[in-house]
Amino acid sequence: MALKKVSKFPSDTKSISENVAKFHRNSSGSNYKKTKDKKLRAGLKRIDDQYKDAVATAAATDYLLPESQGYLEAEDEMEKTFKVSQAEIKQSVDVTTANKALDLKLNDFGPYQISYSKNGTHLLIAGRKGHIVSFDWRKGELRAELHLQETATAATYLQNEQYFAVAQKKYTFIYDHEGTELHRLKQHIEVKHMEYLPFHYLLATAGQTGFLKYQDVSTGQLVAEIRTKLGPTISMAQNPWNAVVHLGHSNGTVTLWAPNMSTPLVRLLSARGPVTSMAIDRTGYYMATTGADKSLKIWDIRNFKELHSVENLPTPGMNVRISDTGLLAVSRGPHVTLWKDSLKHGSSNRPYFTSSGLKNRNTPYMSHIFEGNKVNSIEFVPFEDLLGVGHQKGVTNLIIPGAGEANYDALEINPYETVKQRKEQEVRSLMNKLPADSIALDPNVIGTVDNRASHLRLTAKDLTEVTVQETNKSKTNSDIPQVNPDIKSKNSGLRTFLRKKTQNVIDERKLRVQKQLQREKEGRQRRLNITRGEIAEDDKDFVDEALGRFS
Amino acid sequence: MKIKTISRSSDDYVPVKSTQESQMPRNLNPALHPFERAREYTKALTATKLERMFAKPFVGQLGYGHRDGCYVIAKNYNVLNRLASASADGVVKYWNISTREELCSFKAHYGLVTGLCVSPQHIGNQSDSYMLSCGDDKMVKMWSVDSGDFNNVKDDTKVLHPSDGNGLIKTFYGEHAFQGIDHHKENTSFVTGGAQIELWDINRRKPLSNLSWGIDNITAVKFNQNEADLLLSSGSDNSVVLYDLRTNSPTQKIVQTMKTNSMCWNPMEPFNFVTANEDQNAYYYDMRNMSRALHVFKDHVSAIMDVDISPTGEEIVTGSYDKTIRIFNIKHGHSREVYHTKRMQHVFQVKFTMDSKYIVSGSDDGNVRLWRSNAYERSNVKSTREKNKLEYDEKLKERFKYMPEIKRISRHRHVPKVIKKAQEIKRVELSSLKRRETNERRTRKDMEFVPERKKQIVGTVHRYEEAKKRSKDERDAMQESDAE
Repeated sequence: MALKKVSKFPSDTKSISENVAKFHRNSSGSNYKKTKDKKLRAGLKRIDDQYKDAVATAAATDYLLPESQGYLEAEDEMEKTFKVSQAEIKQSVDVTTANKALDLKLNDFGPYQISYSKNGTHLLIAGRKGHIVSFDWRKGELRAELHLQETATAATYLQNEQYFAVAQKKYTFIYDHEGTELHRLKQHIEVKHMEYLPFHYLLATAGQTGFLKYQDVSTGQLVAEIRTKLGPTISMAQNPWNAVVHLGHSNGTVTLWAPNMSTPLVRLLSARGPVTSMAIDRTGYYMATTGADKSLKIWDIRNFKELHSVENLPTPGMNVRISDTGLLAVSRGPHVTLWKDSLKHGSSNRPYFTSSGLKNRNTPYMSHIFEGNKVNSIEFVPFEDLLGVGHQKGVTNLIIPGAGEANYDALEINPYETVKQRKEQEVRSLMNKLPADSIALDPNVIGTVDNRASHLRLTAKDLTEVTVQETNKSKTNSDIPQVNPDIKSKNSGLRTFLRKKTQNVIDERKLRVQKQLQREKEGRQRRLNITRGEIAEDDKDFVDEALGRFS
Repeated sequence: MKIKTISRSSDDYVPVKSTQESQMPRNLNPALHPFERAREYTKALTATKLERMFAKPFVGQLGYGHRDGCYVIAKNYNVLNRLASASADGVVKYWNISTREELCSFKAHYGLVTGLCVSPQHIGNQSDSYMLSCGDDKMVKMWSVDSGDFNNVKDDTKVLHPSDGNGLIKTFYGEHAFQGIDHHKENTSFVTGGAQIELWDINRRKPLSNLSWGIDNITAVKFNQNEADLLLSSGSDNSVVLYDLRTNSPTQKIVQTMKTNSMCWNPMEPFNFVTANEDQNAYYYDMRNMSRALHVFKDHVSAIMDVDISPTGEEIVTGSYDKTIRIFNIKHGHSREVYHTKRMQHVFQVKFTMDSKYIVSGSDDGNVRLWRSNAYERSNVKSTREKNKLEYDEKLKERFKYMPEIKRISRHRHVPKVIKKAQEIKRVELSSLKRRETNERRTRKDMEFVPERKKQIVGTVHRYEEAKKRSKDERDAMQESDAE
């Protein structure tokens, strides 16, 4: 007995080495030994030792975690976990968990879009017909209920449950916890999808217009508006690891965006029809996409290679999600199906619906059907073994054992935070807000050394050249439309440009545009006079020329 | 079928009573901490900005200062908060640093006080320390450090005499004006500079011996505080001489291109010392091989008048004729900090306090100023949370110190226009010299390369290279004879 206890302790080498691997920070290992400088080598060695020590210490704390992950396991060959119904699960789990299997019957304003707050305490549901509810679903306390009386297509919480944004028929609005309208975001028109990037305080929206717009919700500035040039956006997801926004388009491509780039970071073809849904796991390694061509694909987005591809779903998948523990959930029509291990390499992990009598087939982990209904959106509840489903007739939480992260970090996201803690957390996260233009594919690029050969990098000289070019642009007026006296006044590019700029703002560029417009007008008048024969073709106004240098 | 779900009992996580602390479980799995590096960088940037916001180096001046320029300051190595200073009008003041008040003030000499030191405790038959002052009036005077002894000093414009029954314990009469004085750490002897360098004992009326090597004036003397019999002197012939009192003789002499104004031994590495040079640099030497400097501290734009090493042995502070004080890390050649005020004139004295948290400076304008050695640090009592935060910030700043933005913010200092201009001129001068040298080198292939650490040295008396060669030859000869 005593022996058994000892073996549980993570001093056995295997579990420790597994653990340590989990805590490594993808660093390619420091090669300080090659460094010739003695002092530098000693410094690098010290840093390396500290890092190794930190990793080992962190791995050792794994043993102290208070909770353990849930599971659903078959006890013999004949039993299949996907045959277990929700009713059976409800009976066999404890009362508190059973109570969490929320089932709201809302027949009138569906279908419902759902969104959980970051810590999972609050649920925001948006009925297509304008029924918005924000509530603490565990305690059953209503925070806000709105009947907008216009279409609501998407809704999401912002930094905490105190604020939420709703995409309505034309504009997007921000409401506070009581449902008071705070802002109308008039630049976000006909939005269909919204993602909130928590560390950058950005609200990213996409929809019918084909524009991806980033709004900084702490300063209120529109950080970037990017034209995707790929028509209305069909689906949207964010990579929680690097805050890159993934957009799915009707031609089957998935594009990856950062606010400081006007072109996509990556463009990949994932389906032969519209990409209906995408999901990215929390470590930013894998992406799952479903297409209207009945395909389900899993990508390794570290090297953008296809991991698994399922081409023949019975009906097209409409929603896909990946849980914190790596469960894959796909909804199609009334069905919700979940697979385990489908993010792992190897053909035995490719998701299948049936085993077809073969061994080593990754058959579904769980499945559920909403009879006579249609699933509209699904989302895993943070830190719970639950999958929230929004459908035509309301909202349901399915109990999915082993879906949630069992041990939360209270200094990061705390599901049991008090009001004071929430307030402090908000201030702290604002202090540590990351700049929008730091979003890139590799989130840890800051503080690293550019290892590329010196001729590949921009030298200081090149850098100044680039800046000089930028300033020269305004000097030569190449950043504004050209003077063109040949076209009609109402077709002038300068006029259009002036109209687009905010009326009451007069800046340096606007003054330049006005001046150019004046020149254009004069040129047009001159052409008119020539055609009327009032002046000769080579007429020169000598007075004007002489005084021109003073203008 | 085996089934288990996460079921956290809220009793475990939510505090039951308002007095109870809430549970803060941690999970160090990196997957739960996205943007780790980027967030740390942001924190480091904020911490750096806060550091510059809190940087208020000037604490205040001691009392009302001196009536004339303050040219000598002496630390009391035994007591944390005591300090002696003396000025050009012959007045010596003894200070309490913690209250910044004057404990006593008396006129010690006719004319300039040129040297001042406080002795260690329990030396000879004295239980308490005493002060020694010397001046241009050819006298060395020994004073009590007990402020009670000076109670009946009414007027500090008249020189005190033993007959007055005040704190004056003893007077030593010399044959020349003195320059610089320092007390031995372990016995009753002290040494004075001037026309001669002389060793005295407090129980004798005349000097024990004359240590002079050459005929030039000695301007400063300094005892080693750890290896007590070692002594340094600097002379007006641009020399620095090392003496060993156990042999009662000088052992090494180097001559530099310009005069050394002050020296200080490293308290943690007793064989190293730093010198403040007239050529705007401070040099860090190893006494075992003085043919080159270990480090050169550059940044001042005028002669360095005084230098002091912190009791931790990690930082040095320099005061300069360019009216600024600079703090250097002993491992870095450029200053990490520059202090100046509008009213501070040429700085003649800088000293670290014995806790290395403060710096005292004496300048031409007669004020004795107290500065923080870490401009943003505060010495108040801190809560554990505050302490942890500061330590964390410190670590973050250290980690990201090479990032351009952070480097720029943490390095930025406002300096007076005059100094800015002088720096500019100095930079141009040095670069043109360097350019000229490289041009010359292009045509003269045999031109000798002199490292920056040796440039200031004109010559040493004891030749290290020759000695090394000689010992090697001897060794070889020995081996040969053995082989035979």
